[in-house]
Amino acid sequence: MKRLALIFALIATPLFAVNPDEVLQDSVLEARARALSQELRCVVCRGENIDESNADIARDLRLLVRERLVAGDSDAQVLDFVVERYGEYVLMTPKTDGANIILWALGPVLFLTALLGGVLYTRRRTAANTGNSAALNDEEQARLAAILKE
Amino acid sequence: MITELGHFALVLALGVALIQAVVPLIGAHKGWENWMALAVPTAILQFLLIAGAFAALTYAFVTSDFSLQLVTMNSHSLKPMLYKVTGVWGNHEGSMLLWVLIVALFGATAALFGANLPPSLKARVLAVQGAIGVAFLAFSLITSNPFLRLAQPPFDGQGLNPLLQDVGLAFHPPFLYLGFVGLSMTFSFAVAALIEGRVDAAWARWVRPWTLAAWIFLTIGIALGAWWAYYELGWGGFWFWDPVENASFMPWLFSAALLHSAIVVEKRESLKSWTVLLAILGFGFSLIGTFITRSGIVTSVHAFSSDPTRGVFILGILAVFVGGALMLYAVRGRAMEARGVFAMVSRESALLLNNILLAVSSIVVFIGTIWPLMAEMFFDRKLSVGAPFFEAAFTPFMVVLAIVLPIGAMLPWKRARLGRSAKPLMGAAVLALSVAALVWAMQSGKSALAPTGMALGAWLISGSIVDLWKRTGRGGVAGRFSRLFKLPRADWGKGLAHSGLGIVFIGISGLLAWQVEDIRVAKIGEPYVVAGYEVTLESVNRIPGPNYISTQAEMSVRRDGREIVRLYPEKRIYPVQAMPTTEAAIANGLWRDLYLVIGDPQDNGGWAVRTFIKPLANWIWAGCIIMALGGLVSLTDRRYRVAAGAARRKSVQKGVAAE
Repeated sequence: MKRLALIFALIATPLFAVNPDEVLQDSVLEARARALSQELRCVVCRGENIDESNADIARDLRLLVRERLVAGDSDAQVLDFVVERYGEYVLMTPKTDGANIILWALGPVLFLTALLGGVLYTRRRTAANTGNSAALNDEEQARLAAILKE
Repeated sequence: MITELGHFALVLALGVALIQAVVPLIGAHKGWENWMALAVPTAILQFLLIAGAFAALTYAFVTSDFSLQLVTMNSHSLKPMLYKVTGVWGNHEGSMLLWVLIVALFGATAALFGANLPPSLKARVLAVQGAIGVAFLAFSLITSNPFLRLAQPPFDGQGLNPLLQDVGLAFHPPFLYLGFVGLSMTFSFAVAALIEGRVDAAWARWVRPWTLAAWIFLTIGIALGAWWAYYELGWGGFWFWDPVENASFMPWLFSAALLHSAIVVEKRESLKSWTVLLAILGFGFSLIGTFITRSGIVTSVHAFSSDPTRGVFILGILAVFVGGALMLYAVRGRAMEARGVFAMVSRESALLLNNILLAVSSIVVFIGTIWPLMAEMFFDRKLSVGAPFFEAAFTPFMVVLAIVLPIGAMLPWKRARLGRSAKPLMGAAVLALSVAALVWAMQSGKSALAPTGMALGAWLISGSIVDLWKRTGRGGVAGRFSRLFKLPRADWGKGLAHSGLGIVFIGISGLLAWQVEDIRVAKIGEPYVVAGYEVTLESVNRIPGPNYISTQAEMSVRRDGREIVRLYPEKRIYPVQAMPTTEAAIANGLWRDLYLVIGDPQDNGGWAVRTFIKPLANWIWAGCIIMALGGLVSLTDRRYRVAAGAARRKSVQKGVAAE
């Protein structure tokens, strides 16, 4: 009996992230709500956004987002509203201010540096062409002969 | 008793690995042949001992020996046999045992098939591999011993996480480990080469098969994980930029880079020191991945264990091996001067660009993964780095890579003329652009994602075909056709792998851009329409499974009045773990998947249902399979077999001096 009760309790656990009763009638608003949900992190989950998560708090946040949208907030205002209460931790896209510049700029800067390094390296390899590159010394000749014999 | 034997074998393996790590290294340094020769039997013995330990643990799981702590915590007598076996590595301790087993397997394989290696290089490679074995065996025995007994065994176990009771996920970790650990082999080769002070074409030829094998395994492992997420988690996502996913993706990118740079070393004797560095970093990122997964330092959906001592231990291993190798590299790296000469436009420079793109994109993934940690530690900011960051910061590199790839693949070695090499690709470029235009015109919402992805995919695939065709030389079509199938397997492998990548591009962009989602309350017998498909919830039934209870819906899907498929999405409850899971019902198709999920009963009657139309989802998995297949075909190329055969003959003639 106890086991049965447990099973029924579990069946009642929501499995879905977005449930039908949350969906707004206005499809434009709903689409904005879905997009915003993907930008907000479920604070008790591990790396899930509130659109994917089926935790209760994610549901509360989804409803809150929809409430703000219905009240006429812009997307940015909704995000600010949530960040004010939960901190920037809830933002899936990290801001571009302060130390986060390192995060955002590392890729492009590294790419340009590597590209420059690659070009310089290649120019050295090209320059080696005009010098005495082709000739092998004795030791190399011997090794080449050994390799060819295999 | 068998458990104790397994435990003993594992301890013994540690001792053997110690000998394997020390004696051949000294032998190679002093030139003592019999000391060097010890590497082979110890490598094989170490593997046999760990295999024995692994068999003992498997036996305990299969027979549900609940006197073992690990079995009690991760198994249950009612669990299906397949998951009893896969449960061996469905937990931290067991998966570590699998990890050391694979380290030893690779070492033993190198010992058995490495007859053509110069004795000193072989001794050093096996010694380094032995040292890696020592580190992880010690890790296993000290911090995560799988053979601990319980004083009072319970009647039954606590069961395996229901999410893990799945075929896709059961075989996902072994493939990943084969990939991660495969990179330990290239690492051993790199360190051995640094000690020897020589990197040449022959070295690259030995390293490439190992890299290729590791890359194939990683490709399959990652694809299995993505496929599992797609059908199991219930909303059809397949990649979340989760730290643990990133942990497997970074080594994949590095091994792809290494794969390409090793070609330059093999064929043109350039990029040597860069290739050695890549080999070190590739394994370094495998270890970082292990660290991220096991230390719990970065929160993730599927982090394994959250034990700080384990994290510190792995960090120690990372510091010793990668730090040591990098130090060695700093001292000896310069000795490997490049020999080959090449111009600014050449195959070499194209492969260099490929390496830059892959390595930098991998580091972008890395910084995104650890940034939350760094921001908190150094800047006192608690923040998240989610999928939008990776999509913005990582994807551009892949776009550039895809644009450059077909051209680079056709450039001749040494010196090329861009116009001349690109000319045969005109057709492919026109095709790609018309695909982009067509897709742009066809779709309703004007997003750039689908046209770009499709065009790049078409460009990659047609570029590969053009490349293969050009290789058949000149002459009549019939002659070229017959030559097409006589091309070296490496050429076919390259073509397949690059087309596979193109197919993945098409699949991902199609799925992300065009998927249709519908969430609603469906009443039994009342049809609803989603994107032209008429879906009806026919009935909902309770069905008992072997170790779960299922709520199964029967749903029919019609199109133009004709029933095309009947699907049975389920919701399962696993009473042992008190955990619900969704089992989406998917009708796979070439052009789209129909994806149905059943949710909870509603107060006013009816059930919550989610209906997805997922276009081109199967192209992603197909593309991954084709990529892996391309790697496999390339691995069987004649030049690896011929090189091995030639050396075997030689060693027979010489009569194997070491013995």
